[in-house]
Amino acid sequence: MHNKSVAELSRDLESGKVSSVELAQQFLDRIKQQDDQFNSFISVTEDQALADAKAADEQRAAGNATPWTGIPFAHKDIFCTSGVRTTCGSRMLENFVPPYNATVTENFRKAGAVCLGKTNMDEFAMGSSNESSHFGPVTNPWGLSNGEKRVPGGSSGGSAAAVAARLVPAATATDTGGSIRQPAALCGITGLKPTYGRVSRYGMIAFASSLDQGGTMARTAEDNALMLNVMAGFDPKDSTSVDRAVPDYTATLNEPLKGLRIGLPKEYFSDQLSPAMEEQVRAAVKEYEKLGATVKEVSLPNAKLAIAAYYVIAPAEASANLSRFDGVRYGYRCEDPKDLMDLYTRTRAEGFGTEVKRRILVGTYALSAGYFDAYYLKAQKVRRLIQQDFINAFKEVDVLMSPTTPSPAFAQGEKTSDPVTMYLEDIFTIAVNLAGVPAMSVPAGFVDGLPVGLQIIANYFDEARLLNAAHQFQQVTDWHQREPQ
Amino acid sequence: MTISREDIEKVAVLARIRVDDEQVSALENDLGNILDLVDQLSAADTDAVEPLAHPLDAVQRLRPDEVTETNQREAFQAIAPATENGLYLVPRVIE
Repeated sequence: MHNKSVAELSRDLESGKVSSVELAQQFLDRIKQQDDQFNSFISVTEDQALADAKAADEQRAAGNATPWTGIPFAHKDIFCTSGVRTTCGSRMLENFVPPYNATVTENFRKAGAVCLGKTNMDEFAMGSSNESSHFGPVTNPWGLSNGEKRVPGGSSGGSAAAVAARLVPAATATDTGGSIRQPAALCGITGLKPTYGRVSRYGMIAFASSLDQGGTMARTAEDNALMLNVMAGFDPKDSTSVDRAVPDYTATLNEPLKGLRIGLPKEYFSDQLSPAMEEQVRAAVKEYEKLGATVKEVSLPNAKLAIAAYYVIAPAEASANLSRFDGVRYGYRCEDPKDLMDLYTRTRAEGFGTEVKRRILVGTYALSAGYFDAYYLKAQKVRRLIQQDFINAFKEVDVLMSPTTPSPAFAQGEKTSDPVTMYLEDIFTIAVNLAGVPAMSVPAGFVDGLPVGLQIIANYFDEARLLNAAHQFQQVTDWHQREPQ
Repeated sequence: MTISREDIEKVAVLARIRVDDEQVSALENDLGNILDLVDQLSAADTDAVEPLAHPLDAVQRLRPDEVTETNQREAFQAIAPATENGLYLVPRVIE
């Protein structure tokens, strides 16, 4: 049962082979038995899940089932869940119980899905290894059988590890600079970051508001399509949500790929990429050629500036967003503040972890008087150059393909001493967020027994094409079915 | 790019984060390295390039000026560290 996809479980529920309550119980048991080794959950909401599953069975009996009715899944602990603790991986929100639901939470609830708990993540989604969580690091299910403790990637490391370990068939995630695609690649699952504005950010705790986007994680492209069907759409509560029709993303999964024009950005096949990784990615591209696609080299000449631009824009926006954590209205408050300044500065010093404080300080510096033009405005100009590269590339091709990461999952502790080394982990994913286009990571092979991700990037609002391309690849390969031992 | 001890102390005050003396040198090093990385931007020719604030160049959407939210003060204050008579409590500001 635990190896089945959302689509398969949905059919089993429909045919009466299994009930929602049975399904929830089986996955809850797996979490209880196995999650000690991964630490992929911050909270498991067993009682609520079983009550929701019972309600789902009743909905189905009454003839009101959707494809999600009774399907167990998990939310990244960045999506507010009314009455259920939402920590964002931070001590600051360790005891925060939101009085409202995120729109994404509400959408899954309305569809009848059964949330089993909240997954671990880098604190405030800042990290690429899930080691900055206040609730401890997450361990990648891959490599454990050799006694290796490897990172699952981040920031959505808990969601990725939980899906890879078959603790849930699907989980929500968010991506500001690669936080869906990089952990999906490192854990051997399929993840999608939609176009900026496609999924509501309401109730999704903000990191960098012009880059943050909610998205999907599951083992198959089809399940990602099912998730996006629930998540995508206009939301008046999010001022940057886009008012544009949402297609049925499952309807075009089986379109043939004949004539698909693939571009390989030469900057993403550089010497930062290990030869073994490159071999796997090129082999995946060959599969696409067999399916009728054509391949040409393209250029994203400004992509090399993406990390630099990102590490101005994201910290600057974070420093503004995280100013709301003041110890007054909700969240952590320091003991015995002697005056208001002491309340603010000590609450924030004690409530935030090292990486979050580092980024707030960098952002504050970049926005401070005398530096704004040199840093923030300059980075926004470079951001337009990067966007223009993508616009130009999509005049020639339908999708871009590249490795998702320069190397497979690294060891825990390997990159924590130097923040800049960690930042370079997102070298192939960050430009996509700056441009705002959608992208996926799809399992495409192994190097030294560890999963390799193929990144596929499409033009604005072309998620259906991404999912179609990924689904067709998964019809002729079985990388996405491999299970960590 | 180096960032001075004074810069870090000033930025910490602006960001309302207490930084202890023993943390300053680690921050000097880390922030200096991050600013080195960011300095690659200065090489880019951005004359006549408009800054990009939003990937779809959208502007703030307006809505009719109507009351749509209900008062939920009690629910919101139930999660506050300290309240009294519907007010948030902070240390004394005015003597």
